[in-house]
Amino acid sequence: MDVEFTSEDQAFRAEARKFIEDNYPKHLIGADRGDLSKEDFLAWHKILAEKGWVAPSWPEEFGGTGWTVTQKYIWNEESAAFGTIPPLPFGIAMLGPVIYTFGNQAQKDWVLPGIKSGETWWCQGYSEPGAGSDLAGLKTRAVRDGDDYIVNGHKIWTTLAQHADWMFCLVRTGAEGKPQAGISFLLIDMKTPGITVRPIITIDGGHEVNEVFLEDVRVPAEHLVGEENKGWTIAKFLLGNERSGIAGVARSKKAIDRLREIARGELEDGAPLLESSDFARRISELEIDLTALEYTELRTLASESKGQGPGPESSILKIKGTEIQQRITELTMEAVGNYASPWVPQLDRGDNYRAIGPDHAEGVSQTYFNTRKTSIYGGSNEIQRNIIAKMVLGL
Amino acid sequence: MDFSFTEEQTLLRNMVQSFVQDNYDFDSRMKIVRSEEGMSREIWGQFAELGLLAAPFSEEMGGLDGGPIDIMVIMEELGRGLVVEPYLPTVVLCGGILSRHASAAQQEANLPGILGGEHIWALAYSEPQSRFNAGDVLTSAKADGEGFVLNGTKAVVAAAPWADKFIVSARISGEQRDRNGIGLFIVDKSASGVSTQDYPTVDGNRASEVTFENVAVSGDALIGDATTGLSILEEALDHGIGAICAESLGHMKSLNDATVEYCKTRKQFGVPIGSFQVLQHRMVDMFMEYEQSVSMTYMVNMKLSEGEEERRKAASGAKVQIGKSGRFVGQEAVQLHGGMGMTEELSVGHYFKRLTVIDTQFGNVDHHLKRFASA
Amino acid sequence: MDLSYSAEDNAFREEVRAFIKEAFTPDIRRECERSKNGYISKDLHITWQKRLYEKGWAAPNWPVEHGGAGFTPTQKFIYTHEMEAAGAPHTIPFGMTMVAPVIMKFGTEEQKAQYLPDILASNVWWCQGYSEPGSGSDLASLQMKAEDKGDHFLCNGSKIWTSMAQHADMIFCLVRTSNEGKRQQGISFLLIDMNTPGVSVAPLITLDGPAKDQQEINQVFFEDVKVPKENLVGNLNEGWTCAKYLLEFERGNPYSGGLHRTLDKLRELAGDIEADGASLLENADFSAKLADLERQVMVMEATELRIFSDVSAGDNIGPGSSSMLKTRGTELQKDVSELAMEAIGQYGLPFVEDTLASTNESDIGMAGVAPITPRYFNVRKTSIYAGSNEIQRNIIAKAVLGL
Ligand SMILES: Cc1cc2nc3c(=O)[nH]c(=O)nc-3n(C[C@H](O)[C@H](O)[C@H](O)COP(=O)(O)OP(=O)(O)OC[C@H]3O[C@@H](n4cnc5c(N)ncnc54)[C@H](O)[C@@H]3O)c2cc1C
Ligand SMILES: Cc1cc2nc3c(=O)[nH]c(=O)nc-3n(C[C@H](O)[C@H](O)[C@H](O)COP(=O)(O)OP(=O)(O)OC[C@H]3O[C@@H](n4cnc5c(N)ncnc54)[C@H](O)[C@@H]3O)c2cc1C
Ligand SMILES: Cc1cc2nc3c(=O)[nH]c(=O)nc-3n(C[C@H](O)[C@H](O)[C@H](O)COP(=O)(O)OP(=O)(O)OC[C@H]3O[C@@H](n4cnc5c(N)ncnc54)[C@H](O)[C@@H]3O)c2cc1C
Repeated sequence: MDVEFTSEDQAFRAEARKFIEDNYPKHLIGADRGDLSKEDFLAWHKILAEKGWVAPSWPEEFGGTGWTVTQKYIWNEESAAFGTIPPLPFGIAMLGPVIYTFGNQAQKDWVLPGIKSGETWWCQGYSEPGAGSDLAGLKTRAVRDGDDYIVNGHKIWTTLAQHADWMFCLVRTGAEGKPQAGISFLLIDMKTPGITVRPIITIDGGHEVNEVFLEDVRVPAEHLVGEENKGWTIAKFLLGNERSGIAGVARSKKAIDRLREIARGELEDGAPLLESSDFARRISELEIDLTALEYTELRTLASESKGQGPGPESSILKIKGTEIQQRITELTMEAVGNYASPWVPQLDRGDNYRAIGPDHAEGVSQTYFNTRKTSIYGGSNEIQRNIIAKMVLGL
Repeated sequence: MDFSFTEEQTLLRNMVQSFVQDNYDFDSRMKIVRSEEGMSREIWGQFAELGLLAAPFSEEMGGLDGGPIDIMVIMEELGRGLVVEPYLPTVVLCGGILSRHASAAQQEANLPGILGGEHIWALAYSEPQSRFNAGDVLTSAKADGEGFVLNGTKAVVAAAPWADKFIVSARISGEQRDRNGIGLFIVDKSASGVSTQDYPTVDGNRASEVTFENVAVSGDALIGDATTGLSILEEALDHGIGAICAESLGHMKSLNDATVEYCKTRKQFGVPIGSFQVLQHRMVDMFMEYEQSVSMTYMVNMKLSEGEEERRKAASGAKVQIGKSGRFVGQEAVQLHGGMGMTEELSVGHYFKRLTVIDTQFGNVDHHLKRFASA
Repeated sequence: MDLSYSAEDNAFREEVRAFIKEAFTPDIRRECERSKNGYISKDLHITWQKRLYEKGWAAPNWPVEHGGAGFTPTQKFIYTHEMEAAGAPHTIPFGMTMVAPVIMKFGTEEQKAQYLPDILASNVWWCQGYSEPGSGSDLASLQMKAEDKGDHFLCNGSKIWTSMAQHADMIFCLVRTSNEGKRQQGISFLLIDMNTPGVSVAPLITLDGPAKDQQEINQVFFEDVKVPKENLVGNLNEGWTCAKYLLEFERGNPYSGGLHRTLDKLRELAGDIEADGASLLENADFSAKLADLERQVMVMEATELRIFSDVSAGDNIGPGSSSMLKTRGTELQKDVSELAMEAIGQYGLPFVEDTLASTNESDIGMAGVAPITPRYFNVRKTSIYAGSNEIQRNIIAKAVLGL
């Protein structure tokens, strides 16, 4: 047991930090994810791609960095501490591993480079109106017609589909047996005729998710990943990957630092709010819980570096990580007091818009409302608890 | 000891309930919220016609002789409809101050405009630095001959964009956080030197930053005397708490009903999600939070007219309760609706947002727990 | 809507207080204040209940015809509230509030005449034989057998968690008289004399560490116990109806009076405890926690007032309300006992053998601390018994939310 970093690790940390400081686009420092353009989302991604650091988790042969588990951890920490906009997960974290694990050579050759360079923007077409937690209940159908599939159906909650070039999609190709048995994994060009994307506005006022309607969409059969009707294996594999890193410890640390900064600037009866015993106590409780989570993550990391994959214990990381994120955003909103109330969505701000209240109050309530999503998506926290009950406790 | 409503109060509830049902369904509400002005003058006129604006005032003032319980009934029903029209600031806060503390002349000059629906009022008391301490007042009122000159900025003044008149707290004497030396002034929004920066708020309401720059008011703009404005103000805020407690009951009830209904119909894994015991127990906890809030809301509204100490304790106790319950019910309602709970399209998120603002309005849980402890 | 009490109600309150002042004598008070589990010695319990009997107040829930106190709903609330607030002993419920209503509703005239007067006068100590090793929340699965042997039932089996069975003269039992049909349909309600040959009682030792013979719960064994036929209450195989009727009575109690008192005591105690050179009460965190509990008790009281001002004597308050009161009330009891233990810090560690903590010697460190930690452990029971809080939530989900 050892929680010290080696001198190589320290050196790597210094290198990583310097690289970020020197190269991170100035105009994106401190930017709020809520109001980024497509170019903004991709700016840092492209710089990382050039450096060869965009996909640290991939095997080296496909363009990974070859870092140790610890180095990856350090990289995440440094990125979070600086507050970088992370590369979008859909390509790097989700689809990439699916392609290099299940894809054929042709698919590897065209999909992976596009993900790395940022040329191709992917979105995730899993959920449907009738299939959320019960993903296997999905109904979007793909029927074979010569060299093509013809796809009909309706996907929902598709994050940032409005920017997407391609979508990886779960579709029903078979009706026999268990619902899980008739599902396939298909790559669909978003420019294909028959696809309509309709925005869904969320309670924070943002446009992050969409509905995607598919009407007689022709998809070349070569875009099937893996075998027909074996998509569920791939889907589950992907969900596992989606969960690792979901704890977001480093980013929560950063958010607590910011919270503390805000509480230092807010006054209660003339004294900094941070000196209020109630408030200070609640921050401390958060920090302690976060430390517990950090060490839980380090433990799973240690077993991962010994070659064991992330087990169902990673559900703990998802649950605790998202609950902590939600508490931080809630406390941050509380910290700014009355100035949590003003609500001027980006879209409605005219040229002579003046910020209301202190700068640090900007957007805190939007963030609070947006963060409610984290306990719903990526396998809701109820589903995660069910998983722990079944897989860990044997219930 | 009696927790039942009078026949008049029940009639009042039925009337407001059907008015809201008929005229303020969720779509109509969103149209109003998204309109240029952000409220409906027509609805406000109907409030006047129905007598809602006159309900709590005495007969001598032209009112219907109701009290906090009538306000409670009205606010609960307005809460169910997420009504944005400024009943709280105009009738409960400013109307309350005027009816309890203004001189006969001031009442005569101002109350008819409220009862008749001609004037909207806003209470301008919080300041950028004051957080939840209404006695932290930098806005100054300097005596100038018979009158006063006001200077300062008021923060997040609810309904100010719609208001014709303000009641403004300003320091006549003493230091920034002294309890004594605060006066309450009636100020026309159109007075020279008054300017506002208007904006929408999280809950679909509107508010302003209001700046007073050498605003001259006459001596009869002062309500009460030059020293005890803070206790008048605190009393008004406690009445406001009684009212928003009731409003929040409407929200929580709507959320609980919607969530139970959704969980009965939404199917996953081939069964209604309401058949999962984890979700059932969550809804039971939501129900119990609501019931506890009902108890406290009744209690605070019955205690508003008692002595200051009783009133403070009741108000702060109730405010903590609805702060916590509202947050819990709101968050759980979203969670149990899954992705749907995150959408702007469903009313769920809008109730949740109003409840979130209510926790901050007039002071949050931490603030009122401290006040409760010291009362 | 009106929170004020009438002049009659205020006069009644004074009468209750005067009674308490006289009847709640120091010997009883002392044991109440120091008991680990809420029970006091058998003779003092009986002394207290006889005093109530003489005053005519032994049975606030009974109809007047059987000797009930004839309180109005408000009076009943005041009565219970004052008793709780004074910390007076609870009336042992098994006779007065459990078996008696069942006998009144389902018993024969002979049974009423035979049992009710002795219950009212506290001449007979009852205990409740429902739970079994295999049947807790799922009570209907119970197995204790009662075979029809012509003039008597032959009983075999075991009851568990039986409170105060070591003191009991009588036990009322749910027994299985048939294995046909639905499980609920083969259950009967039987009264058994604890002195019958074949009945034996073994103590169960709870977390709070009771002294000898002062245990709260027991296991009761029945080995070929002969019970006269006339001890059957209601019809054969219809005991479940009696059981359900009784369960309603177990829960609709007010909690706020007792909680208020415990918190007042805690506030007093905290004033005497030093932390960082000042009294613990001046510690911002502690006083915030205390204030929040006081606030929650205020909420509880408001809820109780709202619910009880609405029911009249002999009525049930309905499943939703009683389940809610039980759940919230017991949760608060647990929270309060936890804060008390937190307050006394290291003086929570010494273990006191004496269940009644009846001597001051048992207080190590400062006066009044001895029962606090045992109570924290003991009070865990409240969310388990009388229908666990999970079961209460199930009831609300079904009965109120329609899930
Ligand atoms: C902001 C956001 C972004 C998203 N992005 C994407 C995306 O890019 N691509 C994509 O495919 N999907 C995406 N999703 C969808 C997300 O994965 C689903 O919302 C999630 O799977 C839950 O499904 P649902 O919304 O249908 O809720 P439901 O499954 O209907 O759940 C409703 C409630 O019931 C509970 N519940 C359900 N089943 C059980 C059970 N067995 N036991 C206990 N409780 C249960 C849930 O936890 C939840 O509280 C996104 C969602 C959000 C909110
Ligand atoms: C975009 C997206 C991301 C997601 N991310 C994840 C993720 O990271 N991890 C994850 O596990 N899930 C995730 N989900 C949810 C995922 O869809 C479900 O976990 C998946 O459906 C489980 O597979 P299964 O149908 O084989 O069910 P199982 O593996 O058998 O069970 C999954 C869950 O459903 C419950 N369940 C299953 N059948 C029933 C039934 N008949 N009655 C009651 N409850 C039942 C189980 O208790 C368990 O909680 C995600 C969904 C979407 C749309
Ligand atoms: C101090 C004490 C005194 C008692 N006195 C008496 C007495 O005098 N006479 C008498 O007859 N009994 C008495 N009892 C017994 C009491 O009524 C039972 O303990 C109670 O019914 C629970 O049964 P169990 O202990 O078998 O727990 P179980 O029923 O086995 O329950 C274990 C856990 O599972 C939960 N659970 C069970 N079913 C469900 C469900 N459907 N949904 C969700 N959760 C569930 C429970 O809530 C509990 O948390 C006493 C108990 C105690 C602790």
